[in-house]
Amino acid sequence: MELKYIVKQNRLLLTLSGDFLSYQNDSEKEGVLKQVQASKIKTIDIDATHLGQWDSSLVVILFKMMQRARKEGIPVHLNMLPAGLQRLLNLAFAVDRKPPKHHTVNEEFLVRLGGWYLKTQTSFFKGWNFIKEVLHSFRRFFSKKAVMRPVDFFFSLEDCSYKALPIVALISFMVGLILAFVGAVQLKLFGAQIYVASLVTIGMTRIMGAIMIGVIMAGRTGASYAATIGTMQVNEEVDALKTMGIPVSDFLVLPRVLALMITMPFLTIMADFMGIFGGGAVSILMLDIAPQEYWRLSMEALNMANFLVGIFHGFVFGIVIALCGCYYGVFCGRNADSVGVATTKAVVSAIVWMILMTGVITLTCEVMGI
Amino acid sequence: MKKENQISVRNLTIAYDNFILLKDLSFDVKKHDVFIIMGGSGSGKSSLLRILTGLKTPKGGEVLIDGIDLVKANQKQKDAIMQKCGILYQSGALFSSMTLAENIALPLQQYTSYSENDIKDLVSLKLAFVGLAGFEDFYPSEISGGMKKRAGLARALALDPEIVYFDEPSAGLDPISSRLLDDLIIDINQSLGTTIVVVTHELSSIFSIGTNSIYLDANSKTILGHGNPKDLLKNPPNETIFQFLTRGEKKYERAK
Ligand SMILES: Nc1ncnc2c1ncn2[C@@H]1O[C@H](COP(=O)(O)OP(=O)(O)O)[C@@H](O)[C@H]1O
Ligand SMILES: [Mg+2]
Repeated sequence: MELKYIVKQNRLLLTLSGDFLSYQNDSEKEGVLKQVQASKIKTIDIDATHLGQWDSSLVVILFKMMQRARKEGIPVHLNMLPAGLQRLLNLAFAVDRKPPKHHTVNEEFLVRLGGWYLKTQTSFFKGWNFIKEVLHSFRRFFSKKAVMRPVDFFFSLEDCSYKALPIVALISFMVGLILAFVGAVQLKLFGAQIYVASLVTIGMTRIMGAIMIGVIMAGRTGASYAATIGTMQVNEEVDALKTMGIPVSDFLVLPRVLALMITMPFLTIMADFMGIFGGGAVSILMLDIAPQEYWRLSMEALNMANFLVGIFHGFVFGIVIALCGCYYGVFCGRNADSVGVATTKAVVSAIVWMILMTGVITLTCEVMGI
Repeated sequence: MKKENQISVRNLTIAYDNFILLKDLSFDVKKHDVFIIMGGSGSGKSSLLRILTGLKTPKGGEVLIDGIDLVKANQKQKDAIMQKCGILYQSGALFSSMTLAENIALPLQQYTSYSENDIKDLVSLKLAFVGLAGFEDFYPSEISGGMKKRAGLARALALDPEIVYFDEPSAGLDPISSRLLDDLIIDINQSLGTTIVVVTHELSSIFSIGTNSIYLDANSKTILGHGNPKDLLKNPPNETIFQFLTRGEKKYERAK
């Protein structure tokens, strides 16, 4: 394969001979292209009488050369080229009408800051309005006017009750185990390993049980809410609901919030006890504490206030998870990508809001002396 | 007989944030018309439909449905307007967790006081209209794409609407199913006197069902042609429309 060129009387003659398959000679390529730019040629001819086989690696050279020639206003005569090659090149230059494009401008820092503020403000109000909508739905629910199918509620209830039990049980058992293990190593130094039971019991019931359940359910159920409702948005089902005059908050959000609100406290209780059992496993196997003794110590440490505060956490987390999942589902974009984004945001924001709510509850308890 | 305007659009501007998609849209849809909204992909046909159905607020202009401005209407008026409208979405938009019967019963339960038994009969009737008699207990995932569209149509017809909107009814359908749907549209239009608004770029549909049309253009961001599609083909106002209506197969020569 060979790419030769000569310039004669303002005319660039390009001679192609041999096969151009996976052609990769950069210096020859550059040479041709330079000629098109630099010299004062008026026309370009291509001699392809000895051209054998060719592929895109040849087309790309000719394409680039023609692009430059066009810019400089030099005519290129293609009629010597094989018909297929001519057709391909013409195809490459058949420009479609470009759709209008949203263009982004590089804005000043202050403008960007302002934009960020406005965006945060609108999303804050969007969230607030969403919560108000849901509250209205609850009002309609209690006055028996909400458009909610019991089937949807029971389906959600099923999904976040017994179907969630195995994973909840496993994780909280493990957390109890870890708490006990870490505690035991430290407490052993003082010969105080007997306090492992109280450590695990207080830790699990007051907060760890609820937090672990919250994280699990955010990843499991919150994400599924966002994905389900987001997909409904993509499929225009949410539009269909709206145009039927059915409030989305009644039909989609209410059953889900109700289901999590009801099941989360029970899941928290379950997690508390599984955690205590996990701690028991470590105490009995590692610290040689008798099972009855461990149980007695745990029950002594079990304080009703802590227990109820933990359950209250679970209840609040249930609402937070369901709201975050549904919110990002309802405001999902209209393609598959945005369902992924919605799911991620639902989980992350649920966890952030749970931590914030924990702070608020803890502070309130502190003030109230619980 | 002079036909009344069912939908009047005046100086409508459609925008996403600050990006103006379409502007200066003005047109009327008369009662009993089959009105076609044509335009290339991305020209904003679905966005216009979302505005006509109250799902999106326009940046400016007004949309009058039977004389009531949809933009300024209060919730009660809006509900009343929406009850008059049925919509067949591009994908059918059936609720996937419900059977066909439950899907169609939903608007009936929402807006009417029929008893459960009456609703059941109505649902069966609507399903029979669209050729899906006996499909009451099927889930949307158990039927074909063409059937889904027809079931969506049955739902759109549930409340005997005065206006039915269709978003690309023939998209994703084989020629025969799409032809069946066109026939169904004409049947509904002629037997029930329903006003029909169809977004489509299927040429055969445009010519066989349309009585009036507009062409939306993404470049000039407005209406490039307005009138009966057959007249537009005979007397194209500009090259874009001519190219569109002939699939770009013929050369445009301006009529002198
Ligand atoms: N939610 C949205 N946010 C921003 N831009 C959008 C949105 N939806 C549609 N668009 C823009 O509007 C254009 C027209 O969309 P659409 O109305 O769906 O067109 P058509 O139905 O004619 O194909 C698209 O090209 C897209 O850029
Ligand atoms: Mg569309």
